[in-house]
Amino acid sequence: MARHALRLGVLGYLLLLLGVPVGLVFYRTFQHGLQPAWAAVTTPEALHALRLTLLIAAIAVPANTLFGVVLALALVRHRLPGRGLVNAVVDLPLALSPVVVGLALFLLYGRGGWLGGLADRGLRILFALPGMVLATIFISLPFVVREVVPVLREIGTEQEQAAETLGASPLQTFRRITLPAIRWAIAYGVVLTTARSIGEFGAVSVVSGRIAGKTETLPLYVQSQYENFDPTGAFAGSVVLALIAVATVLALRFSRPREEV
Amino acid sequence: MATSPALALRRPGTVAARGGGTLARGVALGYPSLVVLVPLAALAWSSRSGGLMGFWTEVTLPEAVAALKLTLFLSLLVSALNALSGTAIAWVLVRDSFPGKSLLDGVIDLPFALPTIVAGLVLLTLYGPNGPFGLNLAFTRAGIALALLFVTLPFVVRAVQPVLLELDREMEEAAESLGARPVATFRRIVLPNLVPAILSGVALAFARAVGEFGAVVLISGNLPFKTEIASVYIFGQIESGNERGAAAVSVVLLLLSLGVLLLIGAFRHWRTGHDG
Repeated sequence: MARHALRLGVLGYLLLLLGVPVGLVFYRTFQHGLQPAWAAVTTPEALHALRLTLLIAAIAVPANTLFGVVLALALVRHRLPGRGLVNAVVDLPLALSPVVVGLALFLLYGRGGWLGGLADRGLRILFALPGMVLATIFISLPFVVREVVPVLREIGTEQEQAAETLGASPLQTFRRITLPAIRWAIAYGVVLTTARSIGEFGAVSVVSGRIAGKTETLPLYVQSQYENFDPTGAFAGSVVLALIAVATVLALRFSRPREEV
Repeated sequence: MATSPALALRRPGTVAARGGGTLARGVALGYPSLVVLVPLAALAWSSRSGGLMGFWTEVTLPEAVAALKLTLFLSLLVSALNALSGTAIAWVLVRDSFPGKSLLDGVIDLPFALPTIVAGLVLLTLYGPNGPFGLNLAFTRAGIALALLFVTLPFVVRAVQPVLLELDREMEEAAESLGARPVATFRRIVLPNLVPAILSGVALAFARAVGEFGAVVLISGNLPFKTEIASVYIFGQIESGNERGAAAVSVVLLLLSLGVLLLIGAFRHWRTGHDG
């Protein structure tokens, strides 16, 4: 009896907090049929926002994947001066408000900031693509590192040592021994990084200036459509983002790090 | 595997350290510094541009204090609720079985994957002015709490679930055979084992709630002294050109985040015996 009560309680809670609200957005989007929703996501502004969002992710995700794997290797396999500090810095974006991240970049690259002079030399960071990419990289930095570190620690170094005694170069050892062992962890981290990059709102909102049709990503577009009394546009944009999120969840299920050491 | 004595003597961690070691170390120190530390240093630098007094004046402005207080209050409330609901959800996912359970397990990750602005919009459609239940939480503190509950849902569940899975059932069976009622078994046997996991999940949820912006921005209405939380206050100050005020409150949030991370590190150490 108690078991059923608990089950019902949990299901009810999740339904009211998650299921019904998400379902309702889909219903509201398509209640007048597919046509208005399709028209809303294919306006030039919406398409531009989608393209910009994907472009930013296409830069931020590979950067954080590449550097994330090297970072994880350095943290686990090398003796690193100040390792505790590096660990803390890598975790910081998880705990920090996106608005604070945005403001930090705003102050660094803004007028009077340490790197504010770049704008005078013709390299615009704020209110332009570079600033939005930097904000997204900052926010999504931890995911690949955090997924790869525990796996590296778990697989140990025996096989790598064996490869080395057999004459493999460090690069060969990495490619043939280490990489296959951590590839699922990398995949998991990449999915998380991608989801975070595509959905980032607060930090990008501060550094982008939210110029419609120019520096507006899809999440920013959703907000501006909602505030400008275009619920159809906002709902349709949300559904696109929600579908990406559902794909993410499915990908996470599929790539959950499995034991294959 | 037969290892040569020379190899056995070698410290783990020296493999591949020669070729890419310097490069890896350079990246490990340089990349997070460039991406994370330099901007935050710039933030700290400009928050002190008015001197310590200036910083204090900005942080103690009535509107800033009200925003910080509300943020702390709501984050603590939501963290406490998550400790309960998260543990209950993890329990049902691990110990209960019913059709559709794996679907439910997947759904838990949705708040992580859903962009925060969409989360806000989603909640507004149900609990906003045109909601089907006639329940309007827009521009109320309850609405903000709801948005925070939504985005922090997975933290405690995902922290507790693996620990519960690994937990040995023998002690519980022993307790039951000695006549302990289920509640007593849970409280005296299961719960003590879950506490470190619950606490680290709660700490992550708290950090997330303190800084949350996207999910809250639509639903809160940003009424000063009523529904304005710290991140929205900072955003407003940036918009109105008061960068120093924004930086001062940001530094407070930054210090809070650092404190939470230290706590989580301690919990992790407690649970696994190593950090990272």
